[in-house]
Amino acid sequence: MISAHRLTKRFGGFTAVDAIDVEVRRGEAFGFLGPNGAGKSSTMRMIGCVSPPTDGSLRILGLDPAKDGPAIRARLGVVPQRDTLDEELTVRENLLVYGRYFGLSRAHVRAKADELLEFAQLTERANSVVEPLSGGMKRRLTIARSLVNDPELLLLDEPTTGLDPQARHVLWDRLFRLKRSGVTLVLTTHYMDEAEQLCDRLVVMDGGRIVAEGSPRELIALHSTREVLELRFAADDHAPYATKLTGLAQRVEVLPDRLLLYTDDGDATAAAVARRGLEPLSVLARRSTLEDVFLHLTGRTLVD
Amino acid sequence: MSAVGTIARALPVPAGAGLARTLVERNARAFRHGWVTLVSGLFEPLFYLFSLGVGLGALIGDIDAGGGRTVEYAAYVAPAMMAAAAMNGAVFDSTFNLFFKLKYAKLYDSVLATPLGPRDVAVGEITWALLRGLLYSTTFLAVAAAAGVVHSWWAVLALPAASLIGLAFAAVGMTVTTYLRSWQDFDYIQLALLPMFLFSATFYPLSTYDESVRWLVQATPLYHGVAMMRDLMLGDVSWGILAHVAYLSVMGVLGLLFAARRIERLLLR
Ligand SMILES: Nc1ncnc2c1ncn2[C@@H]1O[C@H](COP(=O)(O)OP(=O)(O)O)[C@@H](O)[C@H]1O
Ligand SMILES: [Mg+2]
Repeated sequence: MISAHRLTKRFGGFTAVDAIDVEVRRGEAFGFLGPNGAGKSSTMRMIGCVSPPTDGSLRILGLDPAKDGPAIRARLGVVPQRDTLDEELTVRENLLVYGRYFGLSRAHVRAKADELLEFAQLTERANSVVEPLSGGMKRRLTIARSLVNDPELLLLDEPTTGLDPQARHVLWDRLFRLKRSGVTLVLTTHYMDEAEQLCDRLVVMDGGRIVAEGSPRELIALHSTREVLELRFAADDHAPYATKLTGLAQRVEVLPDRLLLYTDDGDATAAAVARRGLEPLSVLARRSTLEDVFLHLTGRTLVD
Repeated sequence: MSAVGTIARALPVPAGAGLARTLVERNARAFRHGWVTLVSGLFEPLFYLFSLGVGLGALIGDIDAGGGRTVEYAAYVAPAMMAAAAMNGAVFDSTFNLFFKLKYAKLYDSVLATPLGPRDVAVGEITWALLRGLLYSTTFLAVAAAAGVVHSWWAVLALPAASLIGLAFAAVGMTVTTYLRSWQDFDYIQLALLPMFLFSATFYPLSTYDESVRWLVQATPLYHGVAMMRDLMLGDVSWGILAHVAYLSVMGVLGLLFAARRIERLLLR
């Protein structure tokens, strides 16, 4: 579906995307995970054929974006990072008009709009203007709009950023349904739980580069331990405690407000910590996540 | 619009999918929600016609329309008002309205994610400006004819002539708009339009000017618009009118090319 080789985007002298290689296969859900400024949106815009690559090669649906931009875009659905709904139109009109941009017949987009309003749970708001809708509703409308041309490939740039947990779960549910119906999903996120939930495969991006690639499980198995023990001490600086913990875990990460001990058995490690006479304010044993993978690979946390 | 589309397709311009009409459709829908703006475009030229043409005209009497022919002042000034209205309407649409869509509504960010390209945006927006302009000029022509200041059947051609003026000014206005940074910059546009409105042989003949400045007046696009319109509405048509048509056509096509290029540079980065 997407094949990028040494794909590069520079803005002036600044390199936003630095020679990345990406292959996305039909039917999978593929993620770009990375912090703000990693180059995720720049990559998505190149894939969406609205930003010409500076260097490298890019093929989408077997076509060349430089030559076949309109033909490719006709088969894509795009959910940009920031909603770009048409505020001069109603909810329903947003769908109708957008469908017409794809050259679809009026009758077709009318039927499609009804179906998508249902899908996005916006039927009751069909004739409302866009402006007063909640963030979650606007996001659902943007996703509904991106489906008006029955895309083969759906690009979602941070689909749930800024939404409350409930709205996020509604959206995830919609995305699962799409995936089941055979749509290829490509999404960016800086939420590791989103990446774990939705993605079959993902790449971890940082500073314009890809630093790791694989399924969420593979990445965790490769770059982290099974469990993590989080310790908080009554101190402003956690670094001195790290030395007192040597030998208790495979690896210790020092964060400003806590210590992370990478281990295969969190409870056993917690017991060992207690035996050394240390008394943390709080102790939490949990499973490893992509957040830990990211921390290990880049030395930084994903969401600050 | 298809003529504009054909020209645009034939030239090496930024990409498009030939779907500009769908953007026109979008504007028509949005317009239904905010039709109030229609009113000023409709009445302004009529106010001018009656205050200046009929009111002031009573004091002025007849005027030499060139070629030794005299007409009453209202008939003399009506074509100029129609040309100026075509200019103002096109400029308003392609500057204020476009700037809003470009900078605030971010309309084209979503449009360009569909098969539509920058050329479709330029053609679509200008076509829309022309359609609105056609509504204004038709109303104006009907009222002017009812008031008895239209003297020839050639005046029917004043409608496409108004569209040509609109094309020229909308295309250039759109290009200019892509360079504007804030609402303050719009003062420069007013600074260019007002002198043109007052001095392009709109209210009195070119012969009023001294030989030494006539070339300057004749260099402005509105001069050609007014002259073309006056020839048609007074029924004074000769081959010379083609010079005006050529001037405005070149301005329109070049403006369209530049506008599409600029949209591409601005949005597809
Ligand atoms: N149009 C642009 N002009 C200049 N710099 C840009 C532009 N778009 C993005 N950047 C820069 O490129 C880097 C990557 O941005 P982006 O792709 O938006 O990252 P992400 O989506 O991962 O947060 C950032 O440092 C950003 O400031
Ligand atoms: Mg981004």
